[in-house]
Amino acid sequence: MAGVGGGNDLQWCFAQVKGAIDEDVAEADIISTVEFNYSGDLLATGDKGGRVVIFQREQESKNHPHSRGEYNVYSTFQSHEPEFDYLKSLEIEEKINKIRWLPQQNAAHSLLSTNDKTIKLWKISERDKKAEGYNLKEEDGRLRDPFRITSLRVPVLQPMDLMVEASPRRIFANAHTYHINSISVNSDHETYLSADDLRINLWHLEITDRSFNIVDIKPANMEELTEVITAAECHPNQCNVFVYSSSKGTIRLCDMRAAALCDRHTKFFEEPEDPSSRSFFSEIISSISDVKFSHSGRYMMTRDYLSVKVWDLNMENRPVETYQVHEYLRSKLCSLYENDCIFDKFECCWNGTDSAIMTGSYNNFFRMFDRNTRRDITLEASRESSKPRGILKPRKVCTGGKRKKDEISVDSLDFNKKILHTAWHPKENVIAVAATNNLYIFQDKIN
Amino acid sequence: MINTMECAMDAQNLISISLRKIHNSRTQRGGIKLHKNLLVSYVLRNAKQLYMNEKYAEIYRMQQYEEVMTVCNEIQELNPLDLAEDIVEASGDCCSHVAGSPLIMEPASVCCALPASNHPAHTPHQQQQLQATAACSAAGLALQNEEVCKETNSAFFRSCCAEAYPVTDCDFSSLSAVHCNKTTVLDLDTHVVTTVESGYLHQDCCAVQCQGAQAPAKKRKFDFGCYAAESEEVPDFTPCKRARFEDFYCPHSEQLDTSNISNLISIFGSGFTGLVSRQADSEFSLNGQFCSKQTLASLGAWTRAIVAF
Repeated sequence: MAGVGGGNDLQWCFAQVKGAIDEDVAEADIISTVEFNYSGDLLATGDKGGRVVIFQREQESKNHPHSRGEYNVYSTFQSHEPEFDYLKSLEIEEKINKIRWLPQQNAAHSLLSTNDKTIKLWKISERDKKAEGYNLKEEDGRLRDPFRITSLRVPVLQPMDLMVEASPRRIFANAHTYHINSISVNSDHETYLSADDLRINLWHLEITDRSFNIVDIKPANMEELTEVITAAECHPNQCNVFVYSSSKGTIRLCDMRAAALCDRHTKFFEEPEDPSSRSFFSEIISSISDVKFSHSGRYMMTRDYLSVKVWDLNMENRPVETYQVHEYLRSKLCSLYENDCIFDKFECCWNGTDSAIMTGSYNNFFRMFDRNTRRDITLEASRESSKPRGILKPRKVCTGGKRKKDEISVDSLDFNKKILHTAWHPKENVIAVAATNNLYIFQDKIN
Repeated sequence: MINTMECAMDAQNLISISLRKIHNSRTQRGGIKLHKNLLVSYVLRNAKQLYMNEKYAEIYRMQQYEEVMTVCNEIQELNPLDLAEDIVEASGDCCSHVAGSPLIMEPASVCCALPASNHPAHTPHQQQQLQATAACSAAGLALQNEEVCKETNSAFFRSCCAEAYPVTDCDFSSLSAVHCNKTTVLDLDTHVVTTVESGYLHQDCCAVQCQGAQAPAKKRKFDFGCYAAESEEVPDFTPCKRARFEDFYCPHSEQLDTSNISNLISIFGSGFTGLVSRQADSEFSLNGQFCSKQTLASLGAWTRAIVAF
């Protein structure tokens, strides 16, 4: 069923896939975050090995005006290394939890990347010229003897092969006792927030030795702990507003103008639980794994284990839209608990116009929901369906009874193939889907 | 109400799986994940609640009060020792009230099942003998009752303490913990003698005595003359049968939910040593279910565990 994402004739096609093909996947290569920059020309991925890979889109070719540019590797660098906290005898994983781009202010690009404990600001700059004709050093770098210099010359810039360099410009460390789960750049372009399980800190991008704690839900007695912070985000246009979600399925909106410490929320979003659906795992499946504001700032979307909900910021008592991602898993929660899949944290994202939302599932399936037509589609990111510009066939999971042709039964789903991270181009219908160690890029078919 | 039909897994399995997850998270790379462990503790709590409810239902369905009474009398005959007069009285009084609430069953079972533990002169060995000769299937049955009833009535302690059993009537709900702050109980299957002191559990047992406990556990099930008919209806917890009798919770059970969760949270910080009782160290990996019961029982002893975070 086509039509999701802006029009009845919209169909999704395979564009590219990045990453190794072998079945044996190294843990370090598993992609842990995907993010487009503000223009959509750059696409960054972070992996469990602490590496960041940035893809850049080619300029549209004049020969093929209707074909969009491909994404090619632009820069690769090691952002985080494994560390050891000697005081607590804990190893700190190098896995990149989140990447967030900063708005571009000059020729260089900047992004924030974070692992469990430390946030780093990376500047990615291009160098396509080098200076030649120094007075004090030879071309190979050896220093010249000053007494031998008899004349002076002005160094000249000569063109060279493009080199993309990434350098860590700021390191924001030692501000989080618990594991960082979110970072979010503020609309003022000067500050950003970072959230761990119990606290949220506000940073200034220029200042690394100081951070303001704005939310602290740690109880005086840890034995009374009942919920943790699971995600946080700044409002896209109101620089004083941010939201954070909890493991209890609630979202709190806070206004930084109200107080220095935003422990008291301005708005509290919670949908009452349906008592008839209570189970052993009710608390787990209601835990929110991701929260994202719409581009307009009027709505926000939350993802829990089985569904995606869209909330109107003006209505706190229930979401305005609820989409079931894989309701057929509700009867499988026991096994999913046993194999730990129930703890998977799926992300969600909006398209550029806020008319559609996307989130991942198992078996390398991902789902898109059109908010206007209420149509939804399930697609698969797989090598088999990856013919160049091949149209993706909608997939269907058979929940019971007779399995139709081309349907897949719930028991045949591969729970090791999970799509947790997806991203939608800010302006076009181009999506990036991370399937374990592979990055798939799909785009709409141009008619 | 928790939907118990959703899967084949029972509460006990979930409890052992959950505890295994918590134990494993200790060695995972990156340190203990607070969020995941919090969620696991919620599952633990839910499973425990269901287990408790099912136990209650089981007790409530007991029809054979008269048999219990009969056995009670038999035991009294077998044990000519001078029990506190009030216990004997109590057994008579209590047993006559057994048709009522499950709570009343408990003191009856206590009197019937554990006469020996009240007597300091008795060694564990002698206690075993007493129990064995009594072939007290009802006593075993009653132990089940008492452990469950105990959990819900925070003010009620098993009566077998060194001090006089202050029974004036059968309204045990009014029994104050002040009178009885130390309880010694013998597990009929494993012959573990356990002392609960002001809500804190001490495992006094001699590991040697427990070795041969598996067979008796199975055998006992079929010895329950009155119980056999019931056993089919009851959810099957037998894989860990011996551990059931060791399931002594903190008497302050209404605090148990949060205290269990919170104890787990604090246990994370104390390095999980609290999850493995002294006795069960070697058995932890062998029988997760056994440990789960042990662990739940020992949680009360860790309320002041250090939070390492």
